[in-house]
Amino acid sequence: MSGKNEGGMDTYTVPTAPFRPGDDADFGGSWKEQPGDLSRPDPVNCTAPETHDHAHGLIRVLGDDDSASGEWNPELNADELIRGLEMMMRLRIFDDRMIKMQRTGKLSFYMRSFGEEAIAIAQTMALDDTDWIFPSYRQPGAQFVRGRDMVSMICHCIGNTEDNLKGRQMPVHYSWKEGHFISISSPVGTQFSQAVGVAMASAYKGDDQATITWLGDGTSAQGDYHYGLNFASVFKPPVILNVVNNQWAISTHRNIATGGENFAARGLAYGIPSLRVDGNDFLALYSVTKWARERARAGKGATHIEVYTYRAGGHSSSDDPSIYRPGNEFEFWPGGDPVARLKNHLISIGAWSEDKDVELTEKIDSEVMAAYKEACTFGDLANGPFPPASTIFTEVYEEVPWHVQEQREELGK
Amino acid sequence: MTEMNMIQSLNSALDNLLETDENVVIFGEDVGYFGGVFRVTDGLQKKHGAHRVFDAPLAEGGIAAIAFGMGLNGLRPVAEIQFADYIFPAYDQIVNEIAKLRHRSGGEFSTPVTIRTPAGGGIKGGHHHSQSPESQFTHTPGLKVVYCSNPNNAKGLLTSAIECNDPVIFFEPKRCYRGPFYGDPHNVPTWKGHPKSDVPDGHYSIPLEQAEIVREGDACTVIAWGTMVHVAEQAIKNSGINAELIDLQTLLPWDRDTVVNSVNKTGRCVIVHEAPKTSGFGAEMSASIQERCFWHLEAPIIRVTGWDTPFPHTTEWDYIPSPERIAAAIKKTQEA
Repeated sequence: MSGKNEGGMDTYTVPTAPFRPGDDADFGGSWKEQPGDLSRPDPVNCTAPETHDHAHGLIRVLGDDDSASGEWNPELNADELIRGLEMMMRLRIFDDRMIKMQRTGKLSFYMRSFGEEAIAIAQTMALDDTDWIFPSYRQPGAQFVRGRDMVSMICHCIGNTEDNLKGRQMPVHYSWKEGHFISISSPVGTQFSQAVGVAMASAYKGDDQATITWLGDGTSAQGDYHYGLNFASVFKPPVILNVVNNQWAISTHRNIATGGENFAARGLAYGIPSLRVDGNDFLALYSVTKWARERARAGKGATHIEVYTYRAGGHSSSDDPSIYRPGNEFEFWPGGDPVARLKNHLISIGAWSEDKDVELTEKIDSEVMAAYKEACTFGDLANGPFPPASTIFTEVYEEVPWHVQEQREELGK
Repeated sequence: MTEMNMIQSLNSALDNLLETDENVVIFGEDVGYFGGVFRVTDGLQKKHGAHRVFDAPLAEGGIAAIAFGMGLNGLRPVAEIQFADYIFPAYDQIVNEIAKLRHRSGGEFSTPVTIRTPAGGGIKGGHHHSQSPESQFTHTPGLKVVYCSNPNNAKGLLTSAIECNDPVIFFEPKRCYRGPFYGDPHNVPTWKGHPKSDVPDGHYSIPLEQAEIVREGDACTVIAWGTMVHVAEQAIKNSGINAELIDLQTLLPWDRDTVVNSVNKTGRCVIVHEAPKTSGFGAEMSASIQERCFWHLEAPIIRVTGWDTPFPHTTEWDYIPSPERIAAAIKKTQEA
């Protein structure tokens, strides 16, 4: 084929990322939106149209000067803030240790929450202890808030004999029923619509549990995202639906996930109050989640939240982001580092210091190392021992059916 | 006992479980106020309330997803997919999610979902209201797959499916909702007077994973499910051969012992299904039967199935296995 017909169109549009390797990333330096720009509507009586500005703006609490202000300031005390900081530091140090171990073959694969630590930590802290957490693979941090033992988490990641998932799932696909933390699945987005069903069951039973779930900007292209929003819109169960817009889905920029600029406002078309929040602002995240939880408690149904952030690390241990984006792009993200921002805020109010920070870092580091060493006493992926091969055949059904039993006998283990 | 057609017996099973188990909830497209396009849920919303029997948005993937979530959180959801042909938007949720939850979570979570769906041809439904996609689910560990064939086993099996703590895909042969079908589209009886239209009132269950010997015989084993049970019964009559007819009822896990015992007795086997031949469930059965019965077989196992083509509209009677094709296959097994 040569030449083109004489229409007005050259061809279709194929967006590319704004910055590629070799480019200087520039996101404008700092957010134009400021804390205090947006009111905090009454969560119970708020309608979707009243959140128009919140869906198109950016809810912030922590200012560029590290102070907290505006109607969305959750007024957390210093102890609560320090707890949040500690959880985020723990998650980051834990992730760093795991990725090092992945490089040595002690686990097959890993996914860090680097740059997004505030999300699972702040949002889980804002919930009731028995609310259902229905995470994607980027919210394992919720388990720290709920008090899961790190040894148990590591045993899962290294697939040893104490892995509560019995060696069946890739690392980071945690399940922890005791913490109301629902099993993570690899197909992206499936949890989003399922979470609506979990919340519908809570509403049906009349208990006071809400359900929170997350998916990414890339995954918002899946039908499950729209199923979730639509079913939540119709049946109004107590669910908090988050789109973590971290700009990247492996190498796919968010401008391939949508031709628009905004994810939060999609919720408005479904009649769901929708907010857009600085995902690197611990206080703002905590506050919007509390707001959504109040709506759930009052029987007002779902809240849709775009968590605006940046995936500072690779998608997983399997990709090198410097191949598809500037290697230092995250340094230019106006949201900065969520851990540093909360730390700086705490220092600015006189509740924290660099010395304390160093001390806490060392303490967590040694706890993580100790947990890792203890977990390895039960085996690791490089050396075993693994869960017994019989675990291949169990829990496929409630009881092992004849054909599966025969196959187990064929394996002879 | 009450004489019922299959729609009434399915309705009776659902009504009974709504009555006795407060965790049972029913939803799907048009199942609420209207009572379902085939009337299976007729009157249930009015009797049990809209929170228990309700209409869902037209999104099979979403229906399966909320079933997953409800089942995980303590309910016993019964979702209807209006036609089995429309189950594929829900395929990921069924195959990757519902089927795998118990295993993937180390047994921490499970979801006792039942998905009911009308399947099979014979209603002039063309290729998108006629398919019988059972083998697309029998290849999925974690699911149970059930296919009823008459009012009595429809109620008994559906009750067991809903009470089962594993997820079940429950196929209903829509051709047989109001009467058995013997392969003659010009002579379609109702269930009236048929022995299988006697259905117990109240709670009634038939164990899953058990086939039923519909007709005993010694010359050939004919295995079928759904509408094909009745067509095969007619074919056996027409053939004049004393064949044994097995209604498989549950396809995953299937009742291999009953089948193997029968084939070892008869030495001959014909498997009948509406779905296309290649990779149909007949292929799985045929392979298993030769593994177990090879030294008893007197003739090759024959499959009589739908063709490896899309399901047609006006020519559906040339697509669906007919009594003539089945009878010819039974006769052929006698030649060896």
